[in-house]
Amino acid sequence: MDAPAPEPLDARRRPRASLRSRLRRDWQMLVLMIPGALALLLFFYIPILGNVIAFQDYYPYYSIWEAPFVGLEKFVELVQDDRFLLSLRNTLVYAAFQLVLFFPLPILLALIVDSMVSPRLRKAFQSIVYLPHFLSWVLVIALFQQMLGGAGFINQFLVSHGWDPIPFMTNSDTFALLIVGEIAWKDTGWGMIIFLAALASIDPSLYESAAADGAGRFRRAWHITLPGMRPVIVLLLILNLGNILTVGFEQFILQRDAVGADTAEVLDTYSYYTGVIGGDWSMGAAAGLAKGIVGTVLVLIANKIAHMLGEDGIYRGRPQ
Amino acid sequence: MEKPSVPLTFAKAFVITAISISIVVPLLVVVSTSLASAEQIRDAGGYVLFPTDPTLEAYRTIFSSPLVFRSLGVSAFVTVVGTLLALFVTICMAYALSRPVLGGKFMLMAVILTLFFSPGLIPMFLMVKQLGLLNSIWSLILPTVFVGFNFIVMRSFFMGIPSELIEAARIDGASDFRILRTVVLPLSKAVIAVIGLFYAVGFWNAFFNAMLYISDQSLWPIQMILRSYVIQGSSLTADQLGVQQAPPPQSIKMAVVVVALAPIITVYPFLQKYFSKGVITGAIKG
Repeated sequence: MDAPAPEPLDARRRPRASLRSRLRRDWQMLVLMIPGALALLLFFYIPILGNVIAFQDYYPYYSIWEAPFVGLEKFVELVQDDRFLLSLRNTLVYAAFQLVLFFPLPILLALIVDSMVSPRLRKAFQSIVYLPHFLSWVLVIALFQQMLGGAGFINQFLVSHGWDPIPFMTNSDTFALLIVGEIAWKDTGWGMIIFLAALASIDPSLYESAAADGAGRFRRAWHITLPGMRPVIVLLLILNLGNILTVGFEQFILQRDAVGADTAEVLDTYSYYTGVIGGDWSMGAAAGLAKGIVGTVLVLIANKIAHMLGEDGIYRGRPQ
Repeated sequence: MEKPSVPLTFAKAFVITAISISIVVPLLVVVSTSLASAEQIRDAGGYVLFPTDPTLEAYRTIFSSPLVFRSLGVSAFVTVVGTLLALFVTICMAYALSRPVLGGKFMLMAVILTLFFSPGLIPMFLMVKQLGLLNSIWSLILPTVFVGFNFIVMRSFFMGIPSELIEAARIDGASDFRILRTVVLPLSKAVIAVIGLFYAVGFWNAFFNAMLYISDQSLWPIQMILRSYVIQGSSLTADQLGVQQAPPPQSIKMAVVVVALAPIITVYPFLQKYFSKGVITGAIKG
């Protein structure tokens, strides 16, 4: 990792200029902030306030100012709603699958690629594995369908050789594996970049002296490589925890028809079908809000734990 | 160091080969099938690895379909206009916040928060509706015109520009606008290219916003066509007339996939060298 850029020593940093003179000095910079500030306001902060409808009985013929407040009623309704509970359970299952099966993959792949000897081969491989990250989910699922679908490439092959076709894409029992498989295909390569950088920053002389002391391949990996990557691993784990309930809206909505709503219903699709399609805006917003709050609490807890373990986490700055 | 162990080397080679094949073969099959003739596809049972007599018939068909043609236009417009606009907003904000300015800390926090929260689907929908953007092409552009991650990469790059350069320009009497235009931008071509690519890919791939905000088929971007035409297998005319018809032939489906894929594959090689740099600054300094 490269060192953080030093804070620019700027002449503007003179302490305690009056507001007026600072305004006069910085007005052009403030003008430059306007488009971004407007975008943030319109498409982030006002919508966040819009979550107030989760506490209202909001229907589109009201304006948001007229809708009657109902307190936590919508949340009570949520926990009594079987579909919500189903979507919550599914979300947790898929999140667990992703965390356990997908999270280690980029780390493992980074270790493999880092040990590749030929720089040309390494480069070629990197170009190939980064590519799927840039394909849309629609495209990824279309490709999976063409390869693994009922009439897809693999099944054509199986059938023409006298085997039975395998319903990869439509079997609701193995849907969690399919979801992880798609994520792995799309993002393992991309996820590896940051671990490669962490590996490149480990001082090679550590390995040499460990080898001189008689440490074998696996001892070196355990005592040097893993500790060297640990801060990055912890950081990404925390960030993943924050998003854990966002298991992938597009993936689920696109494959809902193939495996059935019971299997593919997650919190995001519940929000969508209840709110936008079903017209129960307040319920949809309440589900979304519950999800956001739980996600944030998870990040805070994970970050706290990281601090207790002596790691930096996300917001204590970098180790220097 | 000691010699690499033989089984480990074989295991690694196997993993690397298997991953490469899993990525390259599907793309190859899709392109080949889109070029193959109907007879060859039928004989091969649906998919072709190497077309014997390549034909552009499938492409001719989809380009003469108004729905597909228009969707490509919509996607191209959204991508080009969206990327330019997003770069403008991001560059302005990133430059302003790369120097200590009045209110800079507050604004920075306001951006950072967007990385950890999301307003949620329903409030976003209501906001877009409130602004009168439903069924407007702008609903595909404006909500994603500023992405926090891209801002952070851009800002770290600007912070790395030596402040002596900027001070010198200021002493020469240049205003902030002018410094941005004549000093900072020319030094930042690489990062602008990467962030531009990230935005462009995002706009080209956007499916979710289109599904949410666009119900009028004549405003569908290509990803929506891909969904209804390839994943759901509904035929074009069925979509247009509301009647059931035979699903599209294999080569036409594959041609739609290729058309959605082509722009990404085309720009990919040019920008690849900047990726790791951009991603790492974004992730570490974020």
